[in-house]
This record gives sequence, structure tokens and C-alpha cells, in this order.
Amino acid sequence: MKAQVITITSGKGGVGKTTATANIGVALAASGKNVVCMDADIGLRNLDVVMGLENRIVYDLVDAIEKRCRLRQAMIRDKRYNTLFLIPAAQTRDKNAISPSDMIRVCDEIRSEFDFILIDSPAGIERGFRNAIAPADMVIVVTNPEVSAVRDADRIIGLIESQEKGPVKLIINRFNPSLVRRGDMLTSEDVLELLAVDIIGIVPEDESVLVSTNHGQPVVLNHNSLAGKAFENISQRLIGEEVPWMNLDGKSDFFRRLSRLIRPGRS
Amino acid sequence: MSTIFERLLLREKKSATTAKERLKLVLVHDRMDMTSSALDSLKDELIAVISKYVSIDTDAVEININQEGREQTLIAIIPLRAPRKRRVR
Repeated sequence: MKAQVITITSGKGGVGKTTATANIGVALAASGKNVVCMDADIGLRNLDVVMGLENRIVYDLVDAIEKRCRLRQAMIRDKRYNTLFLIPAAQTRDKNAISPSDMIRVCDEIRSEFDFILIDSPAGIERGFRNAIAPADMVIVVTNPEVSAVRDADRIIGLIESQEKGPVKLIINRFNPSLVRRGDMLTSEDVLELLAVDIIGIVPEDESVLVSTNHGQPVVLNHNSLAGKAFENISQRLIGEEVPWMNLDGKSDFFRRLSRLIRPGRS
Repeated sequence: MSTIFERLLLREKKSATTAKERLKLVLVHDRMDMTSSALDSLKDELIAVISKYVSIDTDAVEININQEGREQTLIAIIPLRAPRKRRVR
């Protein structure tokens, strides 16, 4: 096994990086993959609460890098899937506590034991972002269909390309089909035309994301959630499967719900 | 005064269309790291340099940034004046 290192980033904050990292991680583990989710947002740790593992933290990424513990001791096993681990960020330090070469070293140390290492990048274009993309074999850029998020995504894609990292894949998160129909939200085609990168998933806006995050249960575990299904589809595409695109025009909603009732897990 | 037809024509543009048009422009400048006033002075200087060697129709000069994927090309269309014609002012 040689893990693929995938960094999830966005430029702008609040577009859903951490939610995407947690859900793709859980979905990959549910498919039997060995996965590590690493929180690279030093000082603003959040992946632990989104995954519901905040009570199990003893050591963190900076402890491991500064050799106060072994890397293995900083890895928290998920309570649902025993092939899924979290490496939490330090909460009382800042981004300058680690360097890009530290990140490469940490990933190299565990690469041979895992299929995927997912790195949750901090927002912004500074040190924290550079740390997060340093070991990446693939960079997933998360954006929302709105002007500021798309602009920042373009900037971050430019920076990733100038550092010769990549390939870059795009996730359009919080996509709202009814706003698109009204002409008040950019379509996925608009976003792709503007950014000119490959897309790996479109995640519809879905209240169940908030509800499951409140419970510390990533939304992919909820099989009735469209957003959960979209994250599951992304994980399958990362494994190399061809997954048909979800019908997000909202027109045949009734039939889709019906077909999910009859064949759960499909859409 | 306005007829239904006119009101239809003048109907407000959908906000998503406005967003896309604004983003297109913003991204061009972000990617070049150049403001529109810098682009204007580039155009003026380009006209000045070329005018030293050939006679050009300065009013018809067009400078555009062409997008192809994430690649950008600066395209200048500079119509030359016919050599025999005298410029009449």
C-alpha cells in the first residue's frame, strides 16, 4: 500500500473544507479503505468535532512533529470504522509551529500503511496553506457557487499550479437547485467555465449536514441525505469508479425519493 | 408609458448572469495581476511605440485578453493606415 495524499483546500473560509474532509474520509473507510484524516488548521482545530472524536484527543500533530509523542500516539481511531484515523491539529499553537517539510515527513512516515491521507487545509494563502499542499498528490478545491468563493478558488488554483502541485479537482458545495432555476445562483457549468478545472463532485445544500454535524456524525452516515450521497459519490470517484452524476435539477425529486426507498443507497 | 413589450426587454438581468459577467472580468485581472488602468496605460504605450514605425489607426486599436482554459493570451488588433494616404486632421 502506498497512500495517495489528497489536500482539501479553498482559499475562502467557511465553504465546507472540513465537512468535505470528514465525509470523504468516512465514505472511503466505509468502502474498506485505510484512511487518515489530518487537520492542518493549527490553532483553529475543527476536524475533530465534525468527526465526533473531540473527546478522545490526547496528542496532536504538533506534539508528534516536536517529538513529544510518536505519530501513532497522535492518531485517533474512529469510533465507527476501525480503518479510519484522525490526526488532530494543535489548538494552542499557530501555523508557524510546523513547516512544509514537516508535513512531507509525517506523510512519508505513514504512507506505506494507508490507502488515503486526507489533509484538511486552513483557509487563506499563507503558511498554513503551503504546509497543507506540500505533501499532496492531488488537491481538491472546495467552492460555493457565489462570487467571493469562486474568485478565491481561482486564486488558490493559480497558486497550486504555480507550485506544480496537483492535479486539481473541484467540489462545488452548497449547490441550491431551486436558486439556480430562478436564475439567482451560478450553475455548475458557469463555475466550471470560469475556473477551467476538472470537477469531482457537486454537493447540494442540505440541512441534514448541519444536523449531523451537531451530532458529530458525518452526513454520509445518513443514507437519506442528498449531500451525504454526493460525498459518497466523490469518494467512489477517488477510488477510480465511474459514478453517474446526481440529478440535481429537482424536477424528478419525487421519483428519486421513491427509488431510494425501493433501492436504498442508490440514486 | 412603457408597453409590456418594453418592460419585457428592460427586464432586470438575472442575478446569476450578473455574477458570471462580473466574475469573468475580475478573474482576468486577478490572473494577470494587472488593474484595468494598468491595462489602459499598456495600450497607450503600445500605440505610442508602434506609431513610431508605422502609421496606425489609433482609434480602432483593440486590446483583449483571450481565455483558453486557464491560459491567457494578450491579443492586440492594430489596424494599419494605408501608406499612401496622408493623415488629415
